[in-house]
Amino acid sequence: MAERTLYDKIWQSHTVGILSTGQTQLFIGLHLIHEITTAPAFDMLRENGMDVAFPERTFATVDHIVPTDIRQRPFLDSEAEELTKALEKNVQQFGVEFFGLDSPNQGIVHVIGPQLGLTQPGMTLACGDSHTSTHGAFGTLAFGIGTSQVRDVLATQTLAMDKLKVRQIKVNGSLGTGVYAKDVILSIIRRLGVSGGKGFAYEYGGSVIDRMNMEERMTVCNMSIEGGALVGYVNPDATTFEFLRGRPYVPKGEAFERAANYWKSIASDADAKYDDVVNMEGKDIEPTVTWGINPGQAVGISEKLPRPDEYGDPDGAKKAYEHMGWQPGSPILGTPINVAFIGSCTNSRMTDLRAAAKIAKGRKVKAGIRALVVPGSAEVKKLAEQEGLHNIFKEAGFEWREAGCSMCLAMNPDKLNGREICASSSNRNFIGRQGSPGGRTLLMSPAMVAAAAMNGKVVDVREYQ
Amino acid sequence: MGELVKVTKVSGTAVAIRGNDIDTDRIIPARYLKEVTFARMGSYPFFDERFDAEGKQKPHPLNDVKYKGASILFVNKNFGCGSSREHAPQALYRFGIQAIVGESFAAIFAGNCTIMGVPAVTVSHEQVELMMKTVEQNPQTRFTVDIENKKITFGETQIATDLPETYRSALTSGSWDSTAMLRANLDQVKKTASRLPYMNRFAG
Repeated sequence: MAERTLYDKIWQSHTVGILSTGQTQLFIGLHLIHEITTAPAFDMLRENGMDVAFPERTFATVDHIVPTDIRQRPFLDSEAEELTKALEKNVQQFGVEFFGLDSPNQGIVHVIGPQLGLTQPGMTLACGDSHTSTHGAFGTLAFGIGTSQVRDVLATQTLAMDKLKVRQIKVNGSLGTGVYAKDVILSIIRRLGVSGGKGFAYEYGGSVIDRMNMEERMTVCNMSIEGGALVGYVNPDATTFEFLRGRPYVPKGEAFERAANYWKSIASDADAKYDDVVNMEGKDIEPTVTWGINPGQAVGISEKLPRPDEYGDPDGAKKAYEHMGWQPGSPILGTPINVAFIGSCTNSRMTDLRAAAKIAKGRKVKAGIRALVVPGSAEVKKLAEQEGLHNIFKEAGFEWREAGCSMCLAMNPDKLNGREICASSSNRNFIGRQGSPGGRTLLMSPAMVAAAAMNGKVVDVREYQ
Repeated sequence: MGELVKVTKVSGTAVAIRGNDIDTDRIIPARYLKEVTFARMGSYPFFDERFDAEGKQKPHPLNDVKYKGASILFVNKNFGCGSSREHAPQALYRFGIQAIVGESFAAIFAGNCTIMGVPAVTVSHEQVELMMKTVEQNPQTRFTVDIENKKITFGETQIATDLPETYRSALTSGSWDSTAMLRANLDQVKKTASRLPYMNRFAG
C-alpha cells in the first residue's frame, strides 16, 4: 500500500481496536519510566490489585532528581531520597528492569533508551516525560504522557489515543559552520510557534536532516513538544541502522538484517500524503538564542530583539520583557550571563560535548561565571573521559559532573540563584524553570554555551571555530 | 476503578487567569514534583506567582477572596504547555477547579485533564474575553459548563464550546478513567503484540 506516512503505518500496526469513546487503543512497544511521574501510577495499580501487563517491555532509571556531584545514599535531600526509594520498591515489586544509580546504564531516560538500542524504528514508545518525542529520531512514535496514562501503560501496555495529522517539515540545503541541530529546531519553533504543532505529528526531513547523525536528529525531535507537537520523527535510514547495529538490545546477525528490512519498510512512502508541508532553507539559519520566556521567543545571533508589536503575541512579548529585563531593539549579542549549563536530554550526548569541547579547548571560562557540564548518561561520561573531553572542560574551568537532568529543571541541587542569567543547552526558558523564580534562561547550542562561558556574555560561536 | 463516574456538567463560580502560553512550570514549580503522592498538590498551583520568597501572598486571582470557591477556570491560548507533569492539572483540581475553559490547551495537558475527569473545553478569544470580564466585574456570576451539550450558560447568555468528540464521550460516559476499559481487551492486546516483529526480537 503506497501513499502512507511512517505515522500511518505504525499507528495501524499498533492499533488494538477502537474504543467505545471513539479513541484508538494503541499498543505501546516500549515503556520507559523514571522517578518523578510514576509513584502515584504504581499506587493506583496496588489499590486495584493489578499487575504490570508487560513488565519485560518496561525499563526504569533515575535521572530527574539525582545529585550530579555527591551521589552517596541517603541523598542529602530527603524528598529525593524518598522518591528514589519509592521507585526502587516499585520496580522490585512489579518486576521491572531498573538502571539505578550504581548501574553503568543509568542516565537521562531519553539518552539511555537509544544508547542501549531499546528505542527502535517502527515502535511505539511512551514515557511520563514530555521530551519523549526525542526517540522519534529513530522513526519511533514516541509519546510524552501524564501519570494516569503511565498507569494505563503499566496495567495494559496500551493507551487510549486520538490520531494526529502529519506535518512534513523539510530543512533543505545545508547548514553553515557553527550552526547546529539546536539552531534548526529553535528556528522551526520560532517560525511555527509554540502552539503551531497542536494536533500534528512533525515529520522532519530534507537534506539538512538527512545528513544529521542520530544524536543531532534526537536534538531536533526532542524539542517537538516545545513547538506544540506531541510527536516528532525522522524516517529511519542507513544512518539509523548503523547507529543501532551492535547495541545491547538490538538483534544480532540475521535477526538484525530482518530488523533492518522491517525498519526500512516503515519509512514514509515517497508519495505519502501529508496534511501540511513546510519548507525551510538551512542557509537561512543562524546560531539562534532565545530572549524570552518560551522557546519560540528566539532570534538569530545577528538580530535585534523584536518590539512587542512586531511579535505575534504582543502581550506575551511584554510579559517576557518584564521578566527578562531587556529592552526591545537591543542586540542579543553581548547579553551578559552568570551561569553556563551544558546538559539535558536535548544536548548532553557525545556530539554535543565534542562541539562544546572544541570551543573550550585551550580557553578559560570567564572569571565569576559558574559553568558546568553534565553528561546525559554514565556511558556518555565514560566515552567522553576516554576521549579526554573531561580534561578539556576541567582545564577551561567547567565542573564535570555525573549524569542526570540537573539544571534543566533544577529538581536536584543544581539551580540558578536570584536573578542569574544562564546560557543553557536545555530546552525550556520558562519562568522559574531553572530553580529560581527570578532566574533567566537563554537557550542555545552547546557550542554557543561554551563560547558564552568563555566571554561572560552571548557571542557568535562562528568567530571561535 | 469501581463505578463509572459520568462528568456531564460543572456548575459554579469562576476565576480568570489571563495570558497565552502559561506553562506547567508556572502552574506548578518542579520542586513540588518531589512529593511521592498528589495528595498535597492543591496547596501549590501557581505557587511562585502567588507567594514571595518569604511566603507572603502576592496579588493573584487564586489569592483573591472574591474568587474563593471558584470551580471553573478561564484561560487564554495554549494553556498548560511544556512538561507532561500531571501534577499541574492535579494541583488545579485539588485546589477546587473542576472545569477549564480556554482558547486552546497544550496536547498533553488536555489529555491529562480528560483522564482525570476534568473537562478542558475551548471557546473563541472573544468569548473567553467576555466571560473573563463578566467574572472580573461580578465574581458571584454562576456558570454552567455543559459537557453533554457542548455549551456554557450564565445569566441569559449561552456560548457554544468545542471539545474533541472522543473526550466528550469519555467524560460523559464515565470512561475517562480509562484503565478498566483498556484492560477489558487484554486478549486482543496480546494478539496485536504478537504480530509485531520486534516483540519476538525479529526471530526468523
